Amino acid sequence: MKVLMTEYLRIDLDTEHWECRVCNHDIGPATHSYKEGTLVHNRDPREIHPPILDPEKYRFTFSPDPEWVRILEYYCPHCGTMVETEYAIPGHPPLYDMEPDLPALKAQWAAREEIKDPVVGPAVVADQGHKH
Amino acid sequence: MSEMNTPVAAKMPSTEEIALIKKFLSDTTLFLGPDPEIMQNHDLMPRTEDEERAVGKVSDAHIIAKIRDRIQSGCDEGYEMVEQMGAAPGAKWGDVITGVYSASGDLAIASAGGVLIFSALVHHPIKFIIKNWMNDPTVGVREGDGFIHNDSRYGNVHNTDQSMIVPIFHEGKLLCWVASTVHEGENGAIEPGGMPSMAESPSDEGLKMSPFKVVENYQIKRDILTFLQNSVREPKLQYEDMKVKLFACLRIKQRIEETLKTDGPEALVSTLRLTMENVRAEVKRRVSQWPDMTVRTYIIQDSTLRENCVVKINCKLTKTGDRLIFDFRGSSPEFTNRATNTIVAGLKGMLAQVFLCYVWPDLPRGQAAFAPIEVITDPHSIVNCSYDAPNSQSLMSIFTGFTAGQHAVAKFLYSCPEKYTKVHAPTFNMINTFIWGGVSQHGETLGNLCADLNGMGAGATVDRDGEHALAPIFATMADIGEQELNEEEVPFLQLVSKKMTRDAIAPGKYRGGQGYTMMVATKDSEQWGFMTTAQGAKIPPIQGLFGGYACGCYPLSKVKGVDVYDVLMNEPHKFKHSIEELMNERPFDGASYTTHHMGMGFEISKRGELFMISQGAGAGYGDLLERDPAGVIKDIEEGLISPGVAERLYKVKFDPATLSINHEATAAARDEERRARVARGVPFKDFVKTWNKPKPPAHLQYFGCWGDDVGTLYVGSPDITRDANVPKPNYMRHPKDVRIEELEARLAQLGALAEEKQ
Repeated sequence: MKVLMTEYLRIDLDTEHWECRVCNHDIGPATHSYKEGTLVHNRDPREIHPPILDPEKYRFTFSPDPEWVRILEYYCPHCGTMVETEYAIPGHPPLYDMEPDLPALKAQWAAREEIKDPVVGPAVVADQGHKH
Repeated sequence: MSEMNTPVAAKMPSTEEIALIKKFLSDTTLFLGPDPEIMQNHDLMPRTEDEERAVGKVSDAHIIAKIRDRIQSGCDEGYEMVEQMGAAPGAKWGDVITGVYSASGDLAIASAGGVLIFSALVHHPIKFIIKNWMNDPTVGVREGDGFIHNDSRYGNVHNTDQSMIVPIFHEGKLLCWVASTVHEGENGAIEPGGMPSMAESPSDEGLKMSPFKVVENYQIKRDILTFLQNSVREPKLQYEDMKVKLFACLRIKQRIEETLKTDGPEALVSTLRLTMENVRAEVKRRVSQWPDMTVRTYIIQDSTLRENCVVKINCKLTKTGDRLIFDFRGSSPEFTNRATNTIVAGLKGMLAQVFLCYVWPDLPRGQAAFAPIEVITDPHSIVNCSYDAPNSQSLMSIFTGFTAGQHAVAKFLYSCPEKYTKVHAPTFNMINTFIWGGVSQHGETLGNLCADLNGMGAGATVDRDGEHALAPIFATMADIGEQELNEEEVPFLQLVSKKMTRDAIAPGKYRGGQGYTMMVATKDSEQWGFMTTAQGAKIPPIQGLFGGYACGCYPLSKVKGVDVYDVLMNEPHKFKHSIEELMNERPFDGASYTTHHMGMGFEISKRGELFMISQGAGAGYGDLLERDPAGVIKDIEEGLISPGVAERLYKVKFDPATLSINHEATAAARDEERRARVARGVPFKDFVKTWNKPKPPAHLQYFGCWGDDVGTLYVGSPDITRDANVPKPNYMRHPKDVRIEELEARLAQLGALAEEKQ
């Protein structure tokens, strides 16, 4: 059975591995951070959040300060999908952001049907209120 | 060595002796400060005998639901009264809550709208009243009494918020409490508006009302009222809103009494108790459906509002079975002389908002929804500050704490089949608005803020873009108000308002909802000024989700040495409607154009000078290369993003004149970008070899833990640390002293200070 953990990652409970949901690539053991199986790019935040004010004229420009923060982009090494971003202080070790308890996860899903498509949850729709 | 150091067998005091010691301490208490026993506990009080008896007598689910709905309607009615009649801008736009509390002080049922963070806070002052005033012969709690409170250290967000608390009796017996809470604004602090960023100690934070009696026989005591009016800049507002809150409480009291007549007191008491217990049990059941996991995240505050620095809000969220534990250890130590600290109850209140507004909005509003969730912090932390630390700008820490919680929770929810909302990227979390004060065009002294703080951009969700300027994270059903109405009472205009700030984006498969530009200029007063209190001019205050990006940064821009009203009258073509054009083109001759971080202390403004800011964007969700090209073009058409930025980031190819999409070229460009990512990305194990550093960078003033070692906190330098469990003062220098020192050093280098005596 496979559990859909994020928009781009799932865990195969049998192999206990992270997998890419876009290309099925085996990212690595789910006993470790999925990040260990990704490619990382240290992005200058000004490339994503462009300066709106002229950086030649002003100290603050609407762009993050690249000496204060960087964007770590984590890519699937096979298909290049960006599975996660992390706004990080320069030099701060990447976070082990998702550390599932695999035996508990297996026990929980033993009582559930496998879900192939993610459950998106209810939408807020107008005029769905209480009526009588 | 003296005998005092000789160990002796400890003698346990007898029961009689313990009682004597307790009585001695009780009789000789010099000051009833905030009670840690009350302030550190957010769980429900145990069932009382009365509650046990009531539940035994009435427990039919239909009766309970009927009474709950009736009381809820009464709370909503009280809420409407405060919103319609309240004088504070906060009241008019929904920064309000009303509720019914159990006899023990727990909030059982709250109004559906408004600032739900109050729902996790006002039980503290009620419990203080119960513990200290109920049996005090000099105070007492009687029918017709009303108590006022604002001091955050006794249970509040910050001292702008005032509560009116009224006990409800039935046949001489205390049955429950009702309370009404409003963000009043002005409170006599060192800056107008009630949220001073310049506060360096609690003594700078204005009125500090511990819970006390201000109403007897349902009448406000005029002598105390006059003292309160005399302590603030807006005496009229102080009186008007005390009356409004009191009458809202009395309306809810009326609805309770109607229920008592039809169903009796046991039915009411049982409804309040079972509502709380059932919600608490349901929360534990829902949590049990999440995966057992630990999620880690951190959010960075990039200033104290006085100076830029790096302040970490560290969050580890662990779910095991039906337990959910927020661990904020490793977050920055408290600042001894900066206002951005929060008491831990404030943090818990905002975390309760994550669940009540964004995860389980179907649950009855009240204290119970967060009651079983656990929170751990370091002592004297920025998220659990001490009595002596100022906290008038606690919003900075409770909002970034909220975002840490919202970001972490989303990673649990994705795989959980049972959902009550959609998985949600973080919503923007800063109060990018103008706080204002001075003497109005009508000669009145005022101090308050623009309701634009309520226009935070929403985070994107699993299947759609975030909504623009939707709602504040602390009140998802609040409004951003009508600026034109406000302008009838204040001597300034928002010359540009509600216009989206182009390219201030949070890209993703689904992009974040965007924020809008605000430009203000004083017009009809020579005694008027503004302040801004937000972080995020150097580092975004949120994180993206599942490959989505966070927002960018938001500075303050000023144009001085111009009267823009003269320009509009005589040379209107020179005025531009975006910060981008005004600042880059500099159309006004002789004016000065400057940018700043968003912590502007109160500053007097001259007629026609421009102060310009933007609300922020919520975070993006998912890989931006998966965004529907038609969505990108729509963003261009709506002025959210410029064509060049859209093409460069989203790799969408289109005709610049017609904006028609070349789908083949777009697909090719996106494939090429994916290949480029694989080519430039570095394997994780190689990346960390060069990226990871053992300490924070020397060029940043860094506060908080580094990496996983939450036991060691850095205090402004890679060389200064402290044990997380051993509190120490953490003073910041005055930013002007720092600047003067820098400039003097430069003068000294040039030899210009040689003659100066030291």
